[in-house]
Amino acid sequence: MTLTKSQPKRRLLPKSLTGIQGLDEITSGGLPKERPTLICGNAGCGKTLLAMEFLVRGATIYNEPGVFIAFEETEQELSENVASLGFDLENLIKEKKLFIDHIHLELSEIEETGEYDLEGLFIRLNHAIDSIGAKRVVIDTIESIFAGLPNPSILRAELRRLFRWLKDKKVTAIITGERGDSTLTRQGLEEYVSDCVIILDHRVTEQTSTRRMRIVKYRGTLHGTNEYPFLIDENGISVLPITSLGLTHGVTSERISSGIKELDSMLGGKGYFRGSSVLVSGTAGTGKSSLAAHFVSATCKREERALYFSLEESPAQIIRNMNSIGIDLEPLLKKEKLLFHAMRPTFTGLEMHLATMLKIIKEFQPSAVIVDPLNSFISADNSVEIKSLAMRLIDYLKLQHITAFFTTLTSGGASLEHTDVFISSLIDTWLLLRDIELGGERNRGLYVLKSRGMAHSNQIREFLLTDNGIILQDVYVGMEGVLTGSARVAQEAKDSSDMLMHKQLVEQKKLLLERKRKNLKAQIASLQAEFEADEAESLKLIGIEETRIANIAKDRKVMATSRKSKK
Amino acid sequence: MNAKKPVSKIAPSIGLKVQPESDKWILRLYVAGQTNKSLTAFENLKRICEERLKNKYTIEVIDLLVNPKLGREHQIFALPTLVRKLPVPVRRIIGDLSNTERVLIGLDLKPHK
Repeated sequence: MTLTKSQPKRRLLPKSLTGIQGLDEITSGGLPKERPTLICGNAGCGKTLLAMEFLVRGATIYNEPGVFIAFEETEQELSENVASLGFDLENLIKEKKLFIDHIHLELSEIEETGEYDLEGLFIRLNHAIDSIGAKRVVIDTIESIFAGLPNPSILRAELRRLFRWLKDKKVTAIITGERGDSTLTRQGLEEYVSDCVIILDHRVTEQTSTRRMRIVKYRGTLHGTNEYPFLIDENGISVLPITSLGLTHGVTSERISSGIKELDSMLGGKGYFRGSSVLVSGTAGTGKSSLAAHFVSATCKREERALYFSLEESPAQIIRNMNSIGIDLEPLLKKEKLLFHAMRPTFTGLEMHLATMLKIIKEFQPSAVIVDPLNSFISADNSVEIKSLAMRLIDYLKLQHITAFFTTLTSGGASLEHTDVFISSLIDTWLLLRDIELGGERNRGLYVLKSRGMAHSNQIREFLLTDNGIILQDVYVGMEGVLTGSARVAQEAKDSSDMLMHKQLVEQKKLLLERKRKNLKAQIASLQAEFEADEAESLKLIGIEETRIANIAKDRKVMATSRKSKK
Repeated sequence: MNAKKPVSKIAPSIGLKVQPESDKWILRLYVAGQTNKSLTAFENLKRICEERLKNKYTIEVIDLLVNPKLGREHQIFALPTLVRKLPVPVRRIIGDLSNTERVLIGLDLKPHK
């Protein structure tokens, strides 16, 4: 069995649509037409159901009658088992669109006495196919014959013949087989069916089960290779391709209000993009649901519908709580603008949740979907599944231009930018709500961590829940850091008193300076006066001394004159 | 070995009306056409009956190719299949009946080892 056997220029295999939701998508068109397909899996993984749905859809949608060869269940049992899925086998049998043949085998009742073959099976199959003109055949589970009949070598040869015969008969067939330990099926049926092999799997993690499907091989065609979760609900099987949607969704540049004026202005003045994904993350009690409620009421104000998936609170409780911040959701509910869907995350597996959500979204046609909170889905180590759930949900919503609004609870110790769901890369607008604990108070702060494709504020705003809804306020940003609440008020008061003090200080300095100047002037004046006094005194003395000098000279002259006369 | 013994031994033990030993054996052989296997099976059956149940057996051969509906109605899967309709209980044997020992065991003409 090689998957990579190259067959250049081969035309794509003709395919037969199964009519099973999602399966045709991942097989790009259904099962190989007029060839057998092997479906294997453990007990209880949905093999029989998938095979039966293949026949029922064939009979009801594509007008291809089908034959079901059952080794394990009787016609009656089969009929009862699938009645809950809305399949009315009895009616289909009556209309000759379905033929069920139960083959009863009991080894203890059979004595083997020599060579034998399975011609009886062929005859029965042939008769069944011809009697209703069947195009589809299911053999469930052929391996039972190994338990029911001796001599495996004969059986193997007969199986080989059977698969060839089915091809020659030109029927599209599904053969089911039990998973073996090291082989796909216990008896190695994969050796005989070479065109298409699909494995079903049923795993239980954290007490919730998820069914998965994988196409192991599909010769001559492209197919998805991932494990695809599928679920069984009242409409049968739906396979949920994780990535088959691709990244091709169109976008719109229409902006819609977040319901809070200040927040809109933080988001470039216009709010979110329509069809974008919004994440509000924050620790407990930071007001995530309140933000969601604002968005809901803004959506309904635009005469659009909002769908609220509540995973922790009952609708009544949300309505009561939102009333306390001045948002009345009750009338919106009555006008059918708003639909609540409350569910416990642990109630079913993730896939079931996703399917339920998609189903409700399809029915209600909302323009905004709220999931509050997204991470309550997390149990232990299912983050990969959560991511895939969120991815598929977001993909789907984007395709429909539905705005997605998620909240997630950030656990205490973790970094705020870390979301438990690891979905940050899928999110277009991420609002972070945080506690700011200061001065014995807990206050809420909001900032826009990212917002793709729009200019957005880099400011932290204080987030106040009032009787009239949310108010965003500029927080105190200064030397002391970001302050909120009464600390902000106190700081502002402190600031203004500081300011006053500084002013006073300046005044004081000025006064002092003036005084000094006056002092100086006074000193200068007094020195001047002193000098002037000194000067006057000195001049006076100088005058006296000069007079005295002049007098002495005069006296000497007189004396000299008098002495000469005597000689 | 006498064929009467196992019959009378079995019948009372399952609480059925005791069959007189002269009772008829009705054997049905299901085949699909005149293949080697079906011919061999028929010959083998005929021989065993002649040896063991002379004058008190009937063999009905049912060809499923002629009457395919009966395959489903009579729950025939492997071919050839021999069904002992009478005496009750019904027994089934598959194969071409070439292993006489096993045929006798299967028909309760010889006890299990």
